[in-house]
Amino acid sequence: MLLTPDSDQELFRETTAKLLNEHVPVGELRRLRDDPVGFDDEYWRRGADLGWTSLLVSEEHGGGSISGQGLVDLSLVAYEFGRHAAPGPLAVSNVVAATLSDHGDPKNEPVLHQLMSGESIATWCFGEPQPNDQLASVSLDVRVDGDDVVLNGVKRPVESGQRADYLLVTGRTGEGHTQVLVPAGTAGVSVTALHTVDLTRRFSIVSFDDVRLPASAVIGEVGGAIGQVKWQVDIAVAILCAESVGAMQAAFDMTVEWAFDRHSFGRPLASYQALKHRFADMKTWLEASHAISDAATIAAATRSPDAEELLSAAKAFIGDYGTELMQDCVQLHGGIGLTFEHDLHLYFRRQTVNRALYGTPAEHRQRLADATDRDKGAA
Amino acid sequence: MSDEEDLESFRQRARTFVRSELRPVAPHGSGGILRPDLTDQEELAAVAREREVQRKLFDAGLAGICFPRDYGGQGLTHAHQRVLNEELSGYEYPARIQAPTFSPCAAVLLDFGTEDQKQRHIPAILKGDEIWMQFLSEPGGGSDVAGALTSAVRDGDEWVLNGSKIWTTGAWWSDWALCLARTNWDVPKHRGLTVFVLPLRREGIEVHRIEMLNGSKEFCQEFLTDVRVHDTDRIGQVDEGWTVGTRWMFHERMLTNSPLVTLPAGNSHGGGGASSVHGIARDSGRLHDPYIRDLIGEERMLRLVGNELRRRIGEGTSSGAMPDQSAAIGRLFSGITSARITTIGFEISGSAGAAWSDDDGELAQRGGDFLMRQVSCIGGGTTEMARNVISERVLGMPRERALDRDVAFRDVPRSASPRP
Repeated sequence: MLLTPDSDQELFRETTAKLLNEHVPVGELRRLRDDPVGFDDEYWRRGADLGWTSLLVSEEHGGGSISGQGLVDLSLVAYEFGRHAAPGPLAVSNVVAATLSDHGDPKNEPVLHQLMSGESIATWCFGEPQPNDQLASVSLDVRVDGDDVVLNGVKRPVESGQRADYLLVTGRTGEGHTQVLVPAGTAGVSVTALHTVDLTRRFSIVSFDDVRLPASAVIGEVGGAIGQVKWQVDIAVAILCAESVGAMQAAFDMTVEWAFDRHSFGRPLASYQALKHRFADMKTWLEASHAISDAATIAAATRSPDAEELLSAAKAFIGDYGTELMQDCVQLHGGIGLTFEHDLHLYFRRQTVNRALYGTPAEHRQRLADATDRDKGAA
Repeated sequence: MSDEEDLESFRQRARTFVRSELRPVAPHGSGGILRPDLTDQEELAAVAREREVQRKLFDAGLAGICFPRDYGGQGLTHAHQRVLNEELSGYEYPARIQAPTFSPCAAVLLDFGTEDQKQRHIPAILKGDEIWMQFLSEPGGGSDVAGALTSAVRDGDEWVLNGSKIWTTGAWWSDWALCLARTNWDVPKHRGLTVFVLPLRREGIEVHRIEMLNGSKEFCQEFLTDVRVHDTDRIGQVDEGWTVGTRWMFHERMLTNSPLVTLPAGNSHGGGGASSVHGIARDSGRLHDPYIRDLIGEERMLRLVGNELRRRIGEGTSSGAMPDQSAAIGRLFSGITSARITTIGFEISGSAGAAWSDDDGELAQRGGDFLMRQVSCIGGGTTEMARNVISERVLGMPRERALDRDVAFRDVPRSASPRP
């Protein structure tokens, strides 16, 4: 999280934290374990009132940021989401809201307002079944047929696919990318729930079988959406990274406290050098994760040319080292760290899910190698 | 300050100077660790050129960007220093004069020196006239810095120093040293230390060069025999050397993140942005092998993360958002990361890591680098000490039990035979 947020940002972060403490304390998270949606509409509306879904929406569309850098402000919300293992489709809602705002088509205003007020939920259908689950491999077909577009293909995992009122679908028309806003319930759309390790997040397979919509459902240009899709990936990666750092911070704080409280052989765990050194390593990974997550988010918010590689560095580092931190937190707790009763797994789940979405560490390392080629002019 | 030079005009000034006065350097590989590539004559010539470059920087108003103007510095900000670093990218710079001369040595002088001491040494340092060493580690113990055995005994207005210091890089061509010595043996170890400055070429100081396992002879050991130092060369109060020493080690851990240090952007000194393994992959013909690309990506990730971590710690410690001791976090990360990158380079070198020819380009000497890998986790305070500092001083965990606390230092058990 930002080392020195300004006072408005800090107030915003605190207000979010307070709302999360009130609405989704850990007891509530446990209750939501068996809930098909994973969050309550009222909770989401309250968050939307605070601005959770309008920070990337331009002021002319009724949105607006706190600091002038909406993605940075949003990363504060995401960080608190991680610290509370909070429910709700934060990344995908914002991706859709940002894109509807960026394209500014008046016909989408009503949907955008519903997303900003929290009345409606939108999600992003991006990833596809393996082996097409990599960032660059979109194959869902969007065909232009007269005044219509016709969608065929399968997307997974789609966050909140069963709850979403609107689906932003990224597909291909020939070589180019095309994005279509599909209302839930459109003929030919079928949604099948997936299993997941997260307690409150829900994921689905969404199939598009000759889904026909008027061409006005296309967001942006047919075949010309690649720039917007990349921006959407940047948004999602930035949010997931900030959220994972929040989850790491919560797990780390909990484990430090445990090390002070837990005694064995008449001494607190925190007095053993073998364990202290592991805490030092974890603290280092944690601070490094804060640093790269913030730098990448700021770079993305300002559309800096190094944004993509910083985001990849953040996603790869936090994916690998965040996971190691979580596993070490489990190890330092001992058996209790693997029980449902203990809270540690709430954060561990979140970090684990985020590691696997929007590019694994290995995929982002490949992107970083590409960036190194560009530096060296050796592509 | 209202008349502070704005960053853009500073950049133009720096750029004009760098391009007209300094020599471009080939982006040679890098990642090599203390390679004995230069003969002594070449090394001395390189030192002389660096002094010259430092003098040029001084004359151009580009030396000591964050040093006070009263002592010949520019009184500018860390942001100006970063601009200079960017403009120096790809050009020669006084690499050997940065650490430990500017930080920690000059930093300690700024923190604790008297007005006379600062006037005498800081401008000389900024002009390239004085290259400094740290007389900190001793053969009897590296990590236990406060257990120094080098003694200083008062004799009128003078002090007489005896003992031995070790792990000074390039002491054989350096000028001055900041020296931690024991002045009181009857109190616990932290309370009987005092810091002095002394010229290296003085009667009673013998400098021996240590041969490292790869043939490098840049590390030195000094033997001090009845070296006389005037009391005006004392830094801080008598027996309060640990107050100085604590700050000294903070500056040391800040390393290249110090605003007092110049480091061209992209240079790989414990981090930086440039890849050292991309060239190895290129010369190995395996640049497109997905496994190798995974390693190249890992190196880039570590460098980018390291840069941002150092920036965060720099901002955090100067704003007070993080305790000074957080510098140990940066030190730990740099050490571990450099070691990992050396391993990656060795891995990509394949069998050339074991046996190479001079024609192997970037693949050459990677085996030697690998043997020297742990330098990054030992030099400048071991990573184990950094872990102690992080856990105890940053996280507040219980201190390790020490048998030398609250005991007169003369009664503390010592190593049977200090290893040279």
